[in-house]
Amino acid sequence: MILTWTSVAPAVSAAFLSSLVEAVEALTIVLAVATVRGWKPAGLGALAGLASLGLIVLALGPLLDRVPLHALQLAIGVLLLLFGMRWLRKAILRAAGVIPLHDEELAFATGTAALREQAHHGKRLDWLAGLAAYKAMLLEGLEVVFVVIAVGAGRGLLVPASIGALAACALVAAVGLALRRPLARVPENTLKFTVGVMLSAFGVFWTGEGLGVPWPGEDLAILGFAALFLIVAVAAVRLVRPPAVKALP
Amino acid sequence: MKTLINIFRELAGLFIDDGLFALAIGVVVVLAAIVAAIAPAVPIAAGVVLLVGCLGVLLGNVTSTGIR
Repeated sequence: MILTWTSVAPAVSAAFLSSLVEAVEALTIVLAVATVRGWKPAGLGALAGLASLGLIVLALGPLLDRVPLHALQLAIGVLLLLFGMRWLRKAILRAAGVIPLHDEELAFATGTAALREQAHHGKRLDWLAGLAAYKAMLLEGLEVVFVVIAVGAGRGLLVPASIGALAACALVAAVGLALRRPLARVPENTLKFTVGVMLSAFGVFWTGEGLGVPWPGEDLAILGFAALFLIVAVAAVRLVRPPAVKALP
Repeated sequence: MKTLINIFRELAGLFIDDGLFALAIGVVVVLAAIVAAIAPAVPIAAGVVLLVGCLGVLLGNVTSTGIR
């Protein structure tokens, strides 16, 4: 299969940006665990989460080849529509000021407070802390795996999409470990807005392919769909934003 | 067991946040599939239903949520 920039670039950038968001969220929880109980339970929990993810990928990955292409495209397309449009909806409502922006500092404070509260109740804190890190790594990691499979499977783009995702995770891990605090300055809503637009566009494309729709321009259609979703999303922010709120997406 | 149930709930939450929104997307996909089945000579019609339907669902849901 010949790879072209028009097919590779959207897949890699969608995988990179969505992984960036998920990695920042996972890092916040792992840091909260490390702050309350030290790096041992945080590191062990995170490593166990990564190991579970690896096992899931190894177990389910080969099954993808056995699913008929149209069924795979349709299933992934519908899941992408649900996943991407959910992100985009939330990003629009946050950009418009209808719901509050996600705050990593607040998430960090809430996480550490919850772990300290459990300590006061005499629970086995190292175990609970490790479990919190494990769960964060597993759940956020599953989102990364889903996006990589969704944008990469069926078009020979699994490797480029995986590289994009791994690059984002490595970047966040390196910066997070160097700073030892949540990455609150990452413009999370702008990233979610962008990724929501891209994943929704992929979702329409794959669902259509699964239904046998011959999209004009083939892969280039994804860019057209992304442009349409972006226009509608920006219009929606302006429509919904209360008069006093001036924040941009 | 409780942890497993929580993980399953959070997994479902990856795709479904607002139930009506998810249902509306499902309805659009089903409509597009029906159009693809009844008008195989014009396959692009299903694509138009899918694209316009998704954009409409997004705009409709966000504006109604904003007004509420």
